[in-house]
Amino acid sequence: MDSINIEGTPKTPTVKFDDQTSVLVIRGRSIPENSIDFYKPLIDWLDSFSAGNANGITLNMELEYFNTSSSKCILDVFKKLENISKQGKSVAVKWHYEEDDEDMLEAGEDYDAIIDIDFQMVKVEEI
Amino acid sequence: MLSFKGEMSTDLLTSILQIIENKLDRFGESSKVKKRMFNIMVECLQNLHHHITQPAKDAGKDMPSVIVMVAKNVTGYSIITGNFVEDREVEDLKNRLEEINSMDSAEVKNLYKSVLAEGKMSEKGGGGLGMIDIARKSGEKLDFGFIPFGEDKSFFSLNVKVK
Repeated sequence: MDSINIEGTPKTPTVKFDDQTSVLVIRGRSIPENSIDFYKPLIDWLDSFSAGNANGITLNMELEYFNTSSSKCILDVFKKLENISKQGKSVAVKWHYEEDDEDMLEAGEDYDAIIDIDFQMVKVEEI
Repeated sequence: MLSFKGEMSTDLLTSILQIIENKLDRFGESSKVKKRMFNIMVECLQNLHHHITQPAKDAGKDMPSVIVMVAKNVTGYSIITGNFVEDREVEDLKNRLEEINSMDSAEVKNLYKSVLAEGKMSEKGGGGLGMIDIARKSGEKLDFGFIPFGEDKSFFSLNVKVK
């Protein structure tokens, strides 16, 4: 299974998969003007992950900001995870938000309501 | 706090965000207000960048011109943008903004969720969520206007309040 490792920039998040722990991290700011281009490699990677024989995956979402252009792509990421979960593999999503950031908490709740995976909301001091 | 008139570019967008972030830091603003301002500014500026219509030739400009103003007042902040739109786009935009303004905050939240879940991505990637998100984060009614300009264009202004 190839790994994925994209370094963050001021407009795009770090995307890293650790194949020892099977943890995928998306961390930072996601405010690109063209989010489809940015998320394409991750979506493709999730397709190949889904076709592989890994037992499961944990996604740590640690976003400081995301724009509405990213929000659809993030939904697509969760839909891929939903499919992996439907294969009987274990899938966990940990949605991180800063303690005073109720907008980010609500955003996580929105996705939780749309996607058939139970999100774990993780309150942190700072992302 | 900031005012700009001219051509919107990716670099300029980044600079404006940086300037506003620095100023909010200097004001000692709460992280909640800083985040809301940042989020709304990203949406407003990316809207401007994506929906550029050339002003009429008689305006004496070759480049599409936009305005951005960010102001601090007694009750909070105002993010004001202005850009040219084609007259044929006005009706649709106006209807969407009026629909959003007719909703309370719970309805705006539900609209966001349903457009996110069912909406199709536009070719520019926006998917129609931008204005809904701006209204949701602002928590105030969107203040907007259209001024006819030339034969087939209008100047669209939007004032988003942040508390």
